[in-house]
Amino acid sequence: MRLIRDVLARRGMGAVTTLPGLLVLLVVVGLFLKSRAILAVEPLSRLLFSSAWHPLKGEFGLLPFISGTVWVTVTALVLALPVSILAAIYLSEYAPRWIREAAKPVIDLLAGLPSVVYGVWGVLIVVPFVGGVLAPACGVVSSGYSILAGGIVLAIMTFPTIIHVTLEVFATIPGALRDASLSLGATKWETTRRVVLRKGAQGILAASVLGFSRAFGETMAVLMVVGNVPAVPRSLFDPGYPLPALIANNYGEMMSVPRYDAALMLASLVLMLIVLFFNVLARWILVRVERRTR
Amino acid sequence: MKPLPDARLNRRKRTDRAFRVLALASAAAVLLSLVIILGAILWKSLPALSLSMLTRTPKGGFYLGKEGGILNAIVGSLELAIGATAIAFLLSLPLVLYLNVYKGRASKTAVWTRFFLDVLWGVPSIVYGAFGFIVMLALGLRASLLAGMLTVALLEFPIMSRAIDEVMRLVPRELKEASASLGATRFETAVKVLVRQSAPGILTGVLLAFGRGVGDAASVLFTAGFTDRVPGGLLDPAATLPLAIFFQLGTPFPEVRERAYASAAILTLIILVISLAGRALGRKATRHVVK
Repeated sequence: MRLIRDVLARRGMGAVTTLPGLLVLLVVVGLFLKSRAILAVEPLSRLLFSSAWHPLKGEFGLLPFISGTVWVTVTALVLALPVSILAAIYLSEYAPRWIREAAKPVIDLLAGLPSVVYGVWGVLIVVPFVGGVLAPACGVVSSGYSILAGGIVLAIMTFPTIIHVTLEVFATIPGALRDASLSLGATKWETTRRVVLRKGAQGILAASVLGFSRAFGETMAVLMVVGNVPAVPRSLFDPGYPLPALIANNYGEMMSVPRYDAALMLASLVLMLIVLFFNVLARWILVRVERRTR
Repeated sequence: MKPLPDARLNRRKRTDRAFRVLALASAAAVLLSLVIILGAILWKSLPALSLSMLTRTPKGGFYLGKEGGILNAIVGSLELAIGATAIAFLLSLPLVLYLNVYKGRASKTAVWTRFFLDVLWGVPSIVYGAFGFIVMLALGLRASLLAGMLTVALLEFPIMSRAIDEVMRLVPRELKEASASLGATRFETAVKVLVRQSAPGILTGVLLAFGRGVGDAASVLFTAGFTDRVPGGLLDPAATLPLAIFFQLGTPFPEVRERAYASAAILTLIILVISLAGRALGRKATRHVVK
């Protein structure tokens, strides 16, 4: 009786275990099936690289949205990477133990705040700041709802991801290596740069890639501050219209225009595939790091 | 006459100090951003924050600045997240137990499953929203509490599984071996030893996922619908707090926008409470833990 129960449990749990893999497959296949309606009529290259977005005329060029996503994400990373890596260096190399311990809940909390809250904050503080202070300072006129505002909000949202992973990577670097460098007369910073950063380079790369994929798919916070104008942006102060925002904004009308839903599903599929790619990349790098440190 | 080495040493020392300050400033900036976010939202929400926000549903013309509260969204969000967390838990626990009891650490199944969980963790919630929408149509459901729960459960599932897995991996092998040597089947070991031993971690993981579920907007946009009433059943549409904030902020009326800030403050407080509860319970629920 107990053995039978054990076998049953084993089968049941084993079945559940196939779920993650199955789910990844299902999402990709499901989105693909739904976007086939548009892939069948338009060549993929035109869908991805045309900037003509006129759903009513049946033109679905995703380029403005793809470039909007890339602009916002790259801006966010340029802002977030130096700050979060330096912050991680401070926490792991310089800070006393109690600060390091106290910083962890703060970082967790920053990671746990809902994206809508970031969005509200962006509208409250970042948008007026960009529109009222930064843009005039650079001699540009901007409403503040811009790529830059989206980038700043996203940067803060990616801090916790990058800091967390970087800290873990730094923790795997043996303390003896640092001691050796210090005992040879290197200053603390020289040790950090030549030993810690060099040893942890791949791990930092992986952290950045993870942060990148986080930022890439972020929807609500960006949607609220980025302006949502379907044109290829030319500068940081232009509004943009990233892919997730496109999907979120048009769910209401997508059933009434032919092939609109398929275009949006294609947008989701593009997002999913890019995220999948970057996740695989980050994993591959991290596995190599782990293998080396063992 | 040898000023050179000294000058160089001084330069090295200056660089060292400069970077030390820079690193400290960066860490402070990260900390400060959290303070600014919380401060700005709480400060801006004060004028509109009132008890009727919490206890009343929106009356006619609420989004034009008339009377009412956001009770519908608070209840909707909590119901949705509780349901989703329950579904996600029912999937996560067996999965994690299977990986830790029946499969070895480095077995192919375990490595691949963890990899797929990480991928799922990285999938943007808007993609879950779109996928949930497809599934919803395929099942013939309308936008409803149930459809929202299923979608959010998908989102929570990898988060919860990975969090529980991380703690269960730490259960010492000796405990499992002791249980086996007493004649327990592996299933009994799983339920009576592993679950109890990692109870605090399980709780933390569940609350982590719950917090995500409460706060996520993009995934429920397509699937949960929106309504001014408190949902009465699983098939009714349900309002959610993040979406209520989003819609309120989208109106041109200052009173309504102020309410959006107040709603954001309420949401932030809920998240804070969940996160603090997670920490406190994680420390407390150690009654059955063998040290």
